[in-house]
Amino acid sequence: MFEYAPAPESRSVVEIAPSYGLFIDGEFTPGKDVFKTVNPASEEVLAEVAEAGPEDVDRAVAAARRAFGTWSALPGPERARYLFRIARIIQERSRELAVLESLDNGKPIRESRDVDLPLVAAHFFYHAGWADKLEYAGFGPDPRPLGVAGQVIPWNFPLLMLAWKIAPALATGNTVVLKPAETTPLSALFFADVCRQADLPPGVVNIVTGAGDTGRHLVEHPDVNKVAFTGSTEVGRQIARAVAGTGKKLSLELGGKAANIVFDDAPIDQAVEGIVNGIFFNQGHVCCAGSRLLVQESVYEPLMESLKRRMATLRLGDPLDKNTDIGAINSAAQLARIRELSDVGAAEGAERWSPACELPEQGFWFAPTIFTGVTQAHRIAREEIFGPVLSVLTFRTPDEAVEKANNTPYGLSAGIWSDKGSRILAVADRLRAGVVWANTFNKFDPTSPFGGYKESGYGREGGRHGLEAYLA
Amino acid sequence: MTATLHQAGDLRSVLHGLPGVDKVGVEARAAALGTRSVKTTAKAAAIDLAIRMVDLTTLEGSDTPGKVRALSAKALRPDPADPSCPPVAAICVYPAMVPVAAEVLAGSGVHLASVATAFPSGQAPLAVKLADTRDAVAGGADEIDMVISRGAFLAGRYDHVFDEIVAVKQACGDAHLKVILETGELGTYDNVRRASWLAMLAGADFIKTSTGKVPVAATLPVTLVMLEAVRDFRARTGRQVGVKPAGGIRTTKDAIKYLVLINETVGDDWLSPDWFRFGASSLLNDLLMQRTKLTTGHYAGPDYFTLD
Amino acid sequence: MPETRVSVRKTYKLYIGGSFPRSESGRTYLVDGDNVALASRKDLRDAVVAARKAQPGWAGATAYNRGQVLYRVAEMLEARRAEFGTLGVDAAELDAVIDRWIWYAGWSDKIGQVYGAANPVAGPYFNLSAPEPTGVVGVVAPASFLGLTSVLAPAMVTGNTVVVLAGAPQVAVTLAEVLATSDVPGGVVNLLTGRAAETAPWLAAHDDVNALDLTGVSDPQLAAELERAAAGNLKRVLRPPADGNDFRRDPGLQPMTALLEIKTVWHPKGF
Repeated sequence: MFEYAPAPESRSVVEIAPSYGLFIDGEFTPGKDVFKTVNPASEEVLAEVAEAGPEDVDRAVAAARRAFGTWSALPGPERARYLFRIARIIQERSRELAVLESLDNGKPIRESRDVDLPLVAAHFFYHAGWADKLEYAGFGPDPRPLGVAGQVIPWNFPLLMLAWKIAPALATGNTVVLKPAETTPLSALFFADVCRQADLPPGVVNIVTGAGDTGRHLVEHPDVNKVAFTGSTEVGRQIARAVAGTGKKLSLELGGKAANIVFDDAPIDQAVEGIVNGIFFNQGHVCCAGSRLLVQESVYEPLMESLKRRMATLRLGDPLDKNTDIGAINSAAQLARIRELSDVGAAEGAERWSPACELPEQGFWFAPTIFTGVTQAHRIAREEIFGPVLSVLTFRTPDEAVEKANNTPYGLSAGIWSDKGSRILAVADRLRAGVVWANTFNKFDPTSPFGGYKESGYGREGGRHGLEAYLA
Repeated sequence: MTATLHQAGDLRSVLHGLPGVDKVGVEARAAALGTRSVKTTAKAAAIDLAIRMVDLTTLEGSDTPGKVRALSAKALRPDPADPSCPPVAAICVYPAMVPVAAEVLAGSGVHLASVATAFPSGQAPLAVKLADTRDAVAGGADEIDMVISRGAFLAGRYDHVFDEIVAVKQACGDAHLKVILETGELGTYDNVRRASWLAMLAGADFIKTSTGKVPVAATLPVTLVMLEAVRDFRARTGRQVGVKPAGGIRTTKDAIKYLVLINETVGDDWLSPDWFRFGASSLLNDLLMQRTKLTTGHYAGPDYFTLD
Repeated sequence: MPETRVSVRKTYKLYIGGSFPRSESGRTYLVDGDNVALASRKDLRDAVVAARKAQPGWAGATAYNRGQVLYRVAEMLEARRAEFGTLGVDAAELDAVIDRWIWYAGWSDKIGQVYGAANPVAGPYFNLSAPEPTGVVGVVAPASFLGLTSVLAPAMVTGNTVVVLAGAPQVAVTLAEVLATSDVPGGVVNLLTGRAAETAPWLAAHDDVNALDLTGVSDPQLAAELERAAAGNLKRVLRPPADGNDFRRDPGLQPMTALLEIKTVWHPKGF
């Protein structure tokens, strides 16, 4: 076999400070406590980060409130220019940010460099252009901002989720208090520095780091007008309850258990790539991951053979190596959950398979895994695993495929693989999912709205539709 | 399989029953593989392997015995300054130049390929193509690069294309047959896959992308589709067929991308000059330059490498 | 012939799955001298089942067809002006109601164009966002006829099916009779009379209901409770309007868009 020599991206391109404060009103300030963030690939501590208590959240919301008056009154073209600046700075500093993201999150540098960072910059660029065109967006002649947005984001795409939250909020004239996930705070804190470099007025963006309690203080804060959350359906439910009766506008982007449906007339080699990309991209830490593979029985065996052969070429290891396909699981807690659900899958009688794959000794790792012989009755076909674990089910007819695909409380995304146009359109029509990828998977674009049906949440992010979540 | 398929007149249903190829998907996959980072020891090994896979080619109206002798000498000793540098796989010339090259290469182990069958258009009567082939083999060629009739293929006359390949294969005798699909004229990846299967069913030992004489020659995604075809063909029939991208591959970086493609699509079994070739001319000097950079630690210039 | 004929009175029953059943509980209550069915939570359960069953067919009907059906409702209302008059709906309100049905009828084949999008993604992909009905919508309706119309019509025209807890029962049931004779398929609208405060919590907590319209809830306390209950399966919630219920205003798109999901479909372009 042609072995690739190690090709590590240089870690030294980015400077990590030993400790970080909260970013409030344009300044870094201490919080009530500190916590550590680690590199999940090595368990090495990367930095100490401030934990925001209730008073810190109060300060941040107050700063955002003070800034709201002038920021929302700023002419659209002026707001646009700040966002264009931010987009450009991110482009120029994307190598630093990509390395930082891979260090803190564990995702392969190939993905942070080629997927996350380009999308982050594009997201700011796209929304910058909206700032002075909102009256043409189709939400009435006089669209107005809501006020202070409290935003809580997950650890799977730390900077991209920040962009999905902050870019539309600022473009529409809102100010922001954002809480990044406790295991991946560093790129958000780097972003705070980007805001300063762009001379964004103090208080327009505030970053408060911390865990669940910090997030709860933020979303329950009485002076927050808008809550946006991306994360688990369970937490989303709690937030929806907390917000009930307050009049706060709420958008939720939650879990998923997407069906990736392969028909027997699929372009098979591309379908295999789509399956792999669907579930192993970002270690499967993707809410819209194609975690349920539905294969037409007439093509089951050759497809599984191709899939296994392809999985054997996946390269797991050092996230900073440019040839790594699968990086580290983000945290010990997430690894424990993936292991637990996988063990349940095996205990419930599904057949487990992974390619030969050596796992590093330090850090949090999980080999790409598929379960065959899975039925709708298995927990691994119903619960979101949020890891590199694929459940394989079969079907006989398009009707059966659609029924199985929709037989879940979730409805975020779905995949269809077929060379027959009319079949694709008919199946896409009947799938209860906010994003349907036909003959592709896990594609994202700032112009394309993203979000779920049913318990996958409500509201859309991106595109013209995404603006609605931030306008009165 | 070959004979029964053909006799049953089932060629069309076989070719049209192959899975489709999604253009965007295959191009994205090829581009992703193109981002593999091959450095240091891996790069050194890749360069030597790539040199051993080169079909060093001259196919010009202006070719002369002098030019072909010089090229053949270079095939044997690509880097006269470094005896550790391996020879290339083969020399590839027009049939008229075969005896000249044969003289230089005799007994060296470097193969001698010739483009027969009314190269590059293939627009000649079958008798002419067969005579062309027999002449080349008689002159010492042990590999024949034939072109298919793209016109017949695009018109759906699959039997015609099939029969021609079978006839040329017979005329080759012991010489290996590489079938040039001229993928730049086939228009779709679906056609590339079908033409690959057609050629393999008819007995091709290698399938080759291009003549180098039309604007679009070898590309990564086309080669990816062809590699998938030889992989699937072996799985179905047990017979292994080689792949040769030709035309437009000029840099070490390009060549390494192709090796990555092999590595991650069909694996080890094809990572050998017996099963993979580069049809190229200027590629060799770039490989040599990169090779020298790795051994000496500094960059070289064109004056330090032989012209041909 | 006697001078005053003994009139035939109407029994006001529920409207579920296209039929007019009594409450399974057998309960009735008196409203302005009429016995009206007092819906129970089991009636609500049956209504949700009927709405779910009717939903794919109604969503799958062509937009043109849904528009025609809503227009037919307006025609039937026009024909029943006298009856609504005896129920206390004045002529101006009835005009407004009929106009609103017609206005929404026209939206059936336009909302998708106005609220959809072709997205210019940075790659070789066809990328189209189109609205789809969210599914089964639970409605706590305002008492006025125009209010009822203003929550019912937008839900229907977008392809949703509805379980509505009515305010003024006689007007609502009479509207149900209009719907039943206007080619509205059975189950598309299911109407329950009775005490909304009793049935609404069951509606808000029902896991097979996708959205909850609280426009008719005037008690902020109850509205908050229902919104909290709706979080159980993450229903889309339309809160009672903060600035009061003046249904004569231009409703805008929001009553429709709040009950629509955006589905975005990607497909590569290449031959």
